[in-house]
Amino acid sequence: MRIIRFILRKEFLQIFRNKAMLPILFVMPVVQLLVLSFAATYELKEVDFTLVDMDQSALSRQITGKMQASGYFNLKEKTFDIDQALESMDASRVSMIVYIPHDFGKRMNSGHSAPLQILIDAVDGSRAGLIQSYSLSILKDLNQDHLAEVQMKKEGPRFRQAKSIRIIPQNWYNPDLNYITYMVPGILVVLVSMIGIFLSGMNIVREQEIGTIEQLNVTPIKKYQFMIGKLLPFWIIGMVDLLIGLALARYGFQIPFLGSLALILLVAGIFLIVIQSFGLFISTTTQTQQQAMFLAWFVMVIFILLGGLFTPIESMPVWAQQLTLANPIAYFIKIMRMVLLKGAGWQEIQMMVYSLVGMGALFLFTAINRYKKTTA
Amino acid sequence: MKQVITISNINKGFGAVQALDKVSFNVGKGELFGIIGPDGAGKTTLFRILNTLLIADSGEASVLGMDPVNDYRDIRPQLGYMPGKFSLYQDLTVEENMNFFASVFGTTLKQNYELVKPIYSQLEPFKDRLAGALSGGMKQKLALSCALIHKPKLLLLDEPTTGVDAVSRKEFWGMLKRLKELGISIVVSTPYMDEADLCDRVALIQEGKILQVDTPAGIVEAFSKPLLGIKADNTYQLLGALKDYAKSDSVHPFGEYVHYTEKGSAPNLIALKTYLFDRGLKNVQIKKVKANIEDSFMELMKKKEEATDE
Repeated sequence: MRIIRFILRKEFLQIFRNKAMLPILFVMPVVQLLVLSFAATYELKEVDFTLVDMDQSALSRQITGKMQASGYFNLKEKTFDIDQALESMDASRVSMIVYIPHDFGKRMNSGHSAPLQILIDAVDGSRAGLIQSYSLSILKDLNQDHLAEVQMKKEGPRFRQAKSIRIIPQNWYNPDLNYITYMVPGILVVLVSMIGIFLSGMNIVREQEIGTIEQLNVTPIKKYQFMIGKLLPFWIIGMVDLLIGLALARYGFQIPFLGSLALILLVAGIFLIVIQSFGLFISTTTQTQQQAMFLAWFVMVIFILLGGLFTPIESMPVWAQQLTLANPIAYFIKIMRMVLLKGAGWQEIQMMVYSLVGMGALFLFTAINRYKKTTA
Repeated sequence: MKQVITISNINKGFGAVQALDKVSFNVGKGELFGIIGPDGAGKTTLFRILNTLLIADSGEASVLGMDPVNDYRDIRPQLGYMPGKFSLYQDLTVEENMNFFASVFGTTLKQNYELVKPIYSQLEPFKDRLAGALSGGMKQKLALSCALIHKPKLLLLDEPTTGVDAVSRKEFWGMLKRLKELGISIVVSTPYMDEADLCDRVALIQEGKILQVDTPAGIVEAFSKPLLGIKADNTYQLLGALKDYAKSDSVHPFGEYVHYTEKGSAPNLIALKTYLFDRGLKNVQIKKVKANIEDSFMELMKKKEEATDE
């Protein structure tokens, strides 16, 4: 125990003496959290569109008015020439064209069906999907209101609202569909993972690269003492970073904290050991920091992309979904969201925690086994 | 315990390279033992086997009376090892390095201060300086202090003076002498032949094979042939002429003289002088010289090469 304390003191001395390290450890995560949370959003804002209104009726004006009022669409230009409108879309000045044909208002008012064309720039598929669903829902509302109006005019006081299914969707856990609420817990996981996998892994390879491991290996330090000395400092730093991030999420981004903070910290502690052991494992298979860095980055990218941060795991192909079963980041992101946003407790997450513990034990065991206090 | 190190028939190969080939020698208690050989001779491999970092392919070894493979846990605390490459923490200060290595050996600088004092006292004015910012000689002193801090019974020093200036080298050997007087056994390797004379006994090693183990005087005495030192105005031309000479056996430049031996019995000085005169060399001086350890080493190497050629 005494020896571990000496090793820890040495590690902390080295970490805090490194001038680049403090900003890396404490400023970078905050900056990344801020930048990513605001930028990584799927929300649709201010889509520019061209209006080709051949009808010029009250109804067509109502349509454009509603679209603009929704806040999602911005009327960039008006024209009567469809070719000019297409040109604008070709040049990416607008992302949508609304074409209202002649007689549109007249046909609608007389109770006939009336066609209306919406052209969407679908280079970015997910954006196009959002434009489509937003514009359709605006038009559908309008249609229903209008139908009621027409019937009321026709039937006068005897009018009764036509029977139709009314759908009132309710978004649970994130009622305003706020993307930041969804992203921040996930981004926190990624930040903590980066500290865990890169820094602790790099540390052993560094001793090897500089040659200090040779001097250390002939001392009576035991394997487990050395490993703890390497893991613990960055474990503590990772936890501190997570606390900073959680504080920022709670008080900066107003993310709801429905579940227990203690539970989050418990899982984070386990998760950090898993990811650090993985970093250590990488460092035992490489000789230089450069090799370790590349390998760690390669694994990290796969973990993050398959971790459900940006794309839901449920929409991945089956083989990829099976891969995520071995992805600690996927578990922790899911647990974070469940506990923070849904208020899940131990009951709901215990299976995932067991999986993390299993992975951690496996990685740690392999890493310690591979690290030898002898050369070659 | 009379012997601190006994090894016999140690073999170690890395792939196709045989780094150590049937290496055997003993080091007595309190001895200053030198391992002399050029780069790549296998000195570092030998040290790594002795300090328990490497396991030999075959052969027997005993360090401080223990087996370096099975008893490495007991050997390590009694061993002071200084690797050839500076292996202390460059981003820690002199004092922090000392304290760290003292503490992992379960001791403190204060406790063993007397032992390291002659060396460490020179470093104390710089104790707050980062180890990476020290000069080469200072680094060696720090490394030696760190290797000594736990009062080892045996010091293994792998090329401690390589890359260190002449004054620091001399100082360093002075320190080794003092440590020896304190009863610490020391094994030191070096590529510098002139340092061999400072050891009690030396082992000459070449391409993984021990050529000879003896006292420096013994090695020189074993030099079998009369040795001549020859000087002329143009050393380069002299070297060429001597190598071309029919009776020449070995020719090595040594300072301003060329050390020369002849095949067969005692050299014929008159014939040699005439030959050199005919080759157009001016101011030729020939004198008998006493062989030094480098001459012996060259001769042993040559004998070995001839043995392998045949």
